[in-house]
Amino acid sequence: MLRLEQRQQPSKLMLYLTPVLAVLTTMAVGGLLFVALGIAPGRAIYLLFIDPFVDSYNLSQLFVKASPLILIAMGLSIGFRAGVWNIGAEGQFIMGALAGGAVGLALWGMTGWWILPLMAVAAALGGALWGLIPALLKIRFNASEILVSLMLVYVAENFLAQMVQGVLRAPDGMGFPESRNLGRNEPTALPDVFPALGINAGGVTMLVLLALAFFLLQKHALGFQIKLTGDSPRAARFAGVKPGVIIALCLGVSGAAAGLAGLFELTGAAGKLTIDFPLGYGFTAIIVAFLGRLNPVGILLAGVVLAGTYIGGENAQFMLKLPAAAVTVFQGMMLFFLLGFEILINYRVKRLRRAV
Amino acid sequence: MDFSSLNAVAMIVLLIGAATPILLAAIGELVAEKSGVLNLGVEGMMIIGAVTGFITATTTGSPMLGFAGGALGGALVSTLFAFLTQYLHSNQVATGLALTMFGLGLAALMGRNYNGIKPPRTDRLEVPGLSDFPVLGELLFSYDPIIYFSVFLVFAVWWFLNRTRGGLVLRACGENHDAAHSLGYNVQLIRFGAIMFGGACAGLGGAYVSLVRVPQWTEGMTAGVGWIALAIVVFASWKPWRVILGAYMFGGITILQLSLQALGISISGAYLSMTPYIVTIVVLVIMSADRKRASINAPACLGRSFHASH
Amino acid sequence: MSVLLEVESLSKSYPGVKANDEVSFAIQKGEIHALLGENGAGKSTLVKMIYGLVKPDSGAMLLEGQPYAPPKPSMARKSGVSMVFQHFSLFEALTVAENITLGMDDAPNRRELSAKIRAVSQDYGLPLDPDRLIGDMSVGERQRVEIIRCLLQNPRLFIMDEPTSVLTPQEVEVLFGTLRQLSANGVAILYISHKLDEILALCDHATILRHGKVVATCTPKEETATSLAEMMIGGELDIHIATTFSPGAVVLQLQGLDMQSKNPFGTSLRGVSLALRKGEILGIGGVAGNGQDELLAALSGEEKIAPAMIELAGEGIGGLGPNERRERGLLSAPEERLGHAAAPVMSLSQNAFLTGRIRKGLAPNGVINARKTNDFAREIVKAFDVRTPGVQVAAKALSGGNLQKFVIGREVLQAPEVLVVNQPTWGVDAAAAAAIRQALRQLAADGAAVIVISQDLDELMEISDTFAVLAEGRLSRPQPAEGLTVEEIGLMMGGDLEGANHAEA
Repeated sequence: MLRLEQRQQPSKLMLYLTPVLAVLTTMAVGGLLFVALGIAPGRAIYLLFIDPFVDSYNLSQLFVKASPLILIAMGLSIGFRAGVWNIGAEGQFIMGALAGGAVGLALWGMTGWWILPLMAVAAALGGALWGLIPALLKIRFNASEILVSLMLVYVAENFLAQMVQGVLRAPDGMGFPESRNLGRNEPTALPDVFPALGINAGGVTMLVLLALAFFLLQKHALGFQIKLTGDSPRAARFAGVKPGVIIALCLGVSGAAAGLAGLFELTGAAGKLTIDFPLGYGFTAIIVAFLGRLNPVGILLAGVVLAGTYIGGENAQFMLKLPAAAVTVFQGMMLFFLLGFEILINYRVKRLRRAV
Repeated sequence: MDFSSLNAVAMIVLLIGAATPILLAAIGELVAEKSGVLNLGVEGMMIIGAVTGFITATTTGSPMLGFAGGALGGALVSTLFAFLTQYLHSNQVATGLALTMFGLGLAALMGRNYNGIKPPRTDRLEVPGLSDFPVLGELLFSYDPIIYFSVFLVFAVWWFLNRTRGGLVLRACGENHDAAHSLGYNVQLIRFGAIMFGGACAGLGGAYVSLVRVPQWTEGMTAGVGWIALAIVVFASWKPWRVILGAYMFGGITILQLSLQALGISISGAYLSMTPYIVTIVVLVIMSADRKRASINAPACLGRSFHASH
Repeated sequence: MSVLLEVESLSKSYPGVKANDEVSFAIQKGEIHALLGENGAGKSTLVKMIYGLVKPDSGAMLLEGQPYAPPKPSMARKSGVSMVFQHFSLFEALTVAENITLGMDDAPNRRELSAKIRAVSQDYGLPLDPDRLIGDMSVGERQRVEIIRCLLQNPRLFIMDEPTSVLTPQEVEVLFGTLRQLSANGVAILYISHKLDEILALCDHATILRHGKVVATCTPKEETATSLAEMMIGGELDIHIATTFSPGAVVLQLQGLDMQSKNPFGTSLRGVSLALRKGEILGIGGVAGNGQDELLAALSGEEKIAPAMIELAGEGIGGLGPNERRERGLLSAPEERLGHAAAPVMSLSQNAFLTGRIRKGLAPNGVINARKTNDFAREIVKAFDVRTPGVQVAAKALSGGNLQKFVIGREVLQAPEVLVVNQPTWGVDAAAAAAIRQALRQLAADGAAVIVISQDLDELMEISDTFAVLAEGRLSRPQPAEGLTVEEIGLMMGGDLEGANHAEA
């Protein structure tokens, strides 16, 4: 018989090992799922989990997909550390893209190095404001930020639909519900920095912000206050932390990060605003944040892994006629296994000898 | 503009239909929350119920078996959440999100060969004589069995929670799990059961969406209804009867917004589609604003993980 | 008399500790049997095994000659063993009757039960209204609910864990009356305590535990408080510090402090006034739940009030937050060590930073100085003899006593002008408690002013210069501690704010 015994100290080894265990178990159980669905498991697992990391074309795509995931997850992780559950990053992503995109479209035809930075500022603001709505309602009225931020995703999706059919629709687009292509317009297109690695200006910004987040959480008193709020809200009040400030900060920062990610997606990979512009990055980023143990370095790695499953999923869809949803199943499973294995951090498994 | 097509009786009949999935999911979640568990996976359990119910119904040709299949599917998938949160002490918020994502994906995978199929028809429960009675007949006797069942379920939950010992024990677990444990109650098992009940209700609600409301299978067809159900529980202050009120109110808003869209009113459709979500936010704000009352009504251990210690 | 329960060589180990080591003793029918020992001596583990909450590693029990090994509490209750815990197993949002039903295995229907509750509670002099919400009741009343719940099941053995720590002296007398009546009716009582005078007054026999072993059994009537104490702590005696109280200028003044409690079941503060002088230790007694937590929150700055209600060195600081008050020298240590005074999963070093940041300058410009923070944590560990492998260890890994020394040390070493502590030695072993009290005395001797909020009257009498009682959110007029009698204190706890016979002091 097996039994769980509480550890005196959380295990550092397990802290780092659990995400790896979660990914490996997902591959194994996912294989079984494929068998159950009548799909050859070996090839599917290879396409989903291995191919994205060995094929050179896929490799260059990897970082393009990983950048927004990492950027959003970084913002979310700060909130999750404080026990502020922003699960509406998808909405903030949309609103960021809309705000930034609107600026870009308004300045259509103009040139200048300042246009893209201005769009980025607008996007960050748009995302932050959308994130601050649940923050304000939480602080002022004690309304659950989980439900409010999520409801705002649906509002944002409808708002996007309205915008691309309305004021942001391309005048020369023959009535299609989509905007002009900002990605093909020199002043508003996201420049590549290291094309071979798939690192564009968005990727660089993401890396810089990630380093800042690392500094904030590890070295700064504000980061300490954020972690303290999450671990023990009463102790945080006792330490002089103002809960409202932390809530606003967390939702504002994660909203801004998601908004920026939205703009980078718009001016990079997507090019234009359409009704199906959002790809669920805001939700996948939640998994990235957890799989990365809410730690900036971990998030970097987890973002690459999850981006791989996106690319692998697309390839598998094309080659094996695998439904797109398979990737979502895998992502959900990964989070399940991760949460399950987390018990090993604070408990050890002990084999009990049966008493005679 | 022609408002005459907005027949009040027909609207009420429609809104009750629109409200039923929310009502079912919310009453299940209420029981789970009363036992101290916050399960954010309602949306995931609903969509699983929608697909398993749809598959069962189209395979067997029986809508009733379909509803049972939906409830079973929801209950089964909820055991994942129950096991992780109750026995592996995982964070309830994160695990609920995982359940939603997993459910959405798995449902899409399971239903990939069922797009565009019509499910067997769920008949109305005709009461000879009464159903044809003008106005009242239509208002009271023109529904399918699940609608009656959903109202009965609310009554049953109220009765169980407030009039039985089992209900008292379940509430006790939600109020103070340590005390319940020290009195010898198996908190984890009780919560496990409450979560599964919640899963079954959500699954049934999902099946109602795919078998009656739409009726066909499409990916992501629950479209946030599970989340609205979560908000309804807050709106109801964890009281079963107010869940009916909340769900029917939302049904009303949905129907009104759809009718206005159909009328081609000058407000654009996308804005109207937002309204249920915005109203949810407004209601949440109003119900949460009185902190003191909210904290008395909410189960004291809601969302807190229970560790049996000696 | 004949033997009711026989305990033979019970042992129980937890990782790192042997909580009970070959414990044997016997309880006679109808006797009041004391289980005496310091905190951590193994009393709780022992009674939890008798009540079926914990399974022994080895050993056996006999109840009236029959093997007795309850796998769970409900089986223990079926055998006639009931228990009232120190921390009540009550549900605040449920009524008295509902709470009692939950603790019974074959509860009658509502109406019958309500009638029974009324009847039994009258019989034993503990009147109760079955329809009241627990959340609206005082701690003493809540204890009654627990007791009645046990009595309704006609127990043969009735276990009480430290029942008087939450009662006023008058309520203690009522309880003792009830217990004697029960004993006369043939119910055996296992009475757990570390209060010697209670055991002398109440118990027929006593079993004394130390470090998980039975060290003595005796008849209290043949012993003295000193001899019992020696058996309990094994020869270690408390060092009494001579009170040298030379009051200085007033540093802290509360004027008509009113504060609404945020907790729906909490107690609001009403018109609390006091003047605290340099070098003074003010002891604030009273039963838990009479506004102690609220008073600490008002003083620490966790709850803000009108500026003029609290004056520190002449400045109205009621509107300032915790860190602004720390900057001005007002420090505090709340009752709850884990989760309030300290963050459980954070390291000692991080917990040192938690309150030390301002006065110790641990984060100039907001960037945490890790070296200075670690040094401060090590300084606390060293000066207060905190037993820990290092300062990177999580707070929750420390024993209660060690963590409490850390928490108190953290505040004392910041050289406060005024220090407010709530229950500084609650659940702490005798040696650590003595060290903490000495540190507080020393702090006052060095010129700081100290407020000690505690429910342990012995402790307050030992260290206070002045004394007051918090009753239903009101504070009695502080007066010199010397010469106060237990009766006077009891009256104050009952709500007599002027302190009975004590004229102008």
